[in-house]
Amino acid sequence: MSILINKNTRVVTQGITGKTGQFHTRMSRDYANGRNCFVAGVNPKKAGEEFEGIPIYASVKEAKQKAGVNTSVIYVPPPFAAAAIWEAVDADLDLVICITEGIPVRDMIEVKERMRKHNKKAILVGPNCPGVITPDEIKIGIMPGHIHKKGRIGVVSRSGTLTYEAVGQLMELGIGQSTCVGTGGDPVNGVKHIDVLRMFNDDSETDAVIMVGEIGGSDEETAALWVKDNMKKPVVGFIAGVTAPAGKRMGHAGAIISGGKGTAQEKLEVMQACGIKVTRNPAEMGKTLKAILK
Amino acid sequence: MKIHEYQAKEVLRKYGVPTPRGVACFSVDEAVRAAASIPGKVWVVKAQIHAGGRGKGGGVKLAKSPDEVKTYAGQILGMQLKTHQTGPEGQKVRRLLIEEGADIKKELYVGMVVDRVTQRVCLMASSEGGMDIEEVAAKTPEKIHKVFVDPETGLKDAEADAVAAKIGIPPASVAQARAVLQALYQAFWDTDASLAEINPLVLTGDGRVVALDAKINFDSNALFRHPDLVALRDLDEEDAAEIEASKFDLSYISLDGNIGCLVNGAGLAMATMDTIKLYGAEPANFLDVGGGATAEKVTEAFKIMLKNPKVKGILVNIFGGIMQCDTIARGVVAAAREVNLSVPLVVRMKGTNDEMGRQILKDSGLPIISADNMADAAQKIVAAVAGR
Repeated sequence: MSILINKNTRVVTQGITGKTGQFHTRMSRDYANGRNCFVAGVNPKKAGEEFEGIPIYASVKEAKQKAGVNTSVIYVPPPFAAAAIWEAVDADLDLVICITEGIPVRDMIEVKERMRKHNKKAILVGPNCPGVITPDEIKIGIMPGHIHKKGRIGVVSRSGTLTYEAVGQLMELGIGQSTCVGTGGDPVNGVKHIDVLRMFNDDSETDAVIMVGEIGGSDEETAALWVKDNMKKPVVGFIAGVTAPAGKRMGHAGAIISGGKGTAQEKLEVMQACGIKVTRNPAEMGKTLKAILK
Repeated sequence: MKIHEYQAKEVLRKYGVPTPRGVACFSVDEAVRAAASIPGKVWVVKAQIHAGGRGKGGGVKLAKSPDEVKTYAGQILGMQLKTHQTGPEGQKVRRLLIEEGADIKKELYVGMVVDRVTQRVCLMASSEGGMDIEEVAAKTPEKIHKVFVDPETGLKDAEADAVAAKIGIPPASVAQARAVLQALYQAFWDTDASLAEINPLVLTGDGRVVALDAKINFDSNALFRHPDLVALRDLDEEDAAEIEASKFDLSYISLDGNIGCLVNGAGLAMATMDTIKLYGAEPANFLDVGGGATAEKVTEAFKIMLKNPKVKGILVNIFGGIMQCDTIARGVVAAAREVNLSVPLVVRMKGTNDEMGRQILKDSGLPIISADNMADAAQKIVAAVAGR
């Protein structure tokens, strides 16, 4: 069944009427079982209307009551995105995927605190992420569906196009994916590498995992230490940013080396020491994975 | 976004943090007048640049007379100040802060950052002020005390008092220290800061708690809601190419190498830079052209990269998902023509319509080298630049 999403997931799109929301809802609806999964949108000002046959509701709660959605994808602009995340979490959805880039860190600190204090069940993926795809079943986000195919390799990454690069390399080797999860480039966010690796560990349809990371923070190190003692399946890794200078934010808000911490070199060393097969050549992510499958 | 020390002190003063009396100056005359307006026998002449280590670099001087203020101001203003944070060329000093001298009894450290593990603002405090906090963290980490502040309550009285006691604030000054710590947190929170540091926070001879230095960085994602802070931006302190790039919505960072990079996506861009290094050369820049790489953006990106005299070749690496490779190819051809490109160009495109894109490049008649994968692309550009 893969992880997080499958052909039976029911999705509400927050920000469905915006340009980005419209475009990606169309693409997602037209991918695999999308037509049966993308069943609702939210825009309080357009409640009762439709987007190309998809009913628009006034709130996530209403979409849950009337369309039975269990998952939300958010394309709402930065000033309002954190509030949109909270709305979905507060409606007790199972999964909230926030694509939006540029949310103020303070807003995310507040949302995460509230989620912890209220012990909300929702799993948050993102923000500032490409989304999640279970190939040949459902895609929730902005990744190109056609470069993926169903298989048994899990992919977890903080990046967007670098993830597609990894998937593209797997495809060239004829290797398919169970689920691909983009955790995103922000410093305060939802699921991290460790959380997704745990899910892949428990997934009967995943045999091995590629983990892609980058400079900043310590997610990869934390995940590696967990992998060493708990992971039953092989893991392969790549970390972007060996050449990144300290103190500069490299595109992603969370991709910054501060106080000497969060360097690519450090991450690679910890991962290697924990039994993760790493490559320093981004062109060899697929090859490295193939080698450990034998 | 970074601001100068004098601006950070202005922000902190609004929240009630005591600072020495001081005046920002842009000329020697202003510095002399400033000193005259500040009573006392000792003045501090401080270079204002967006980098630390100014004291060690010779950018902070203690003046014991108005004449010394004039002399030091004349030396420091206009100097190319080199510190461990500026890079070897240093930074030109265009602004000064003239402050009253302080009667320093103790130097402490107080700072705030967003902690990614607890996902809260972390207050750090230490009795080892005036030093490089990273050195303290490395050598005597037990001397750094941390509080992870609950955003719903702010920094509590008990938390502030406990920290004050731990860093050696005497009982008579704890109330003041509490006020400073809580004010620092409030300033950090209200302004959407990403970093705030008072190093040193001093205890004066007469028991007052005063911020002798201040540094505040702001979260770029939140600037849309702080126009007053955006007004504090000093473009002279920023890289000209980076400023130019941001006008066109390009995410760009100058580096030291000779191979310009144009990529879609931050992770892929970093990986591209890494691949260039793997094959023996150095990237000249990080450039994420984002999800909407139009012909105009690609052209602007080429222009910015080519303004850098160090650039001897360009590598374009695009993974087209929603973005179509034929669109990029047309953009690259138009850009190369408009800038009259005369350095080697290697283009690697993969994804939607990549075959079509490669054909467009081939049909253009321009000497554009196509590559299949990232390793191939890096090897080709490195070889081309080396004249092979």
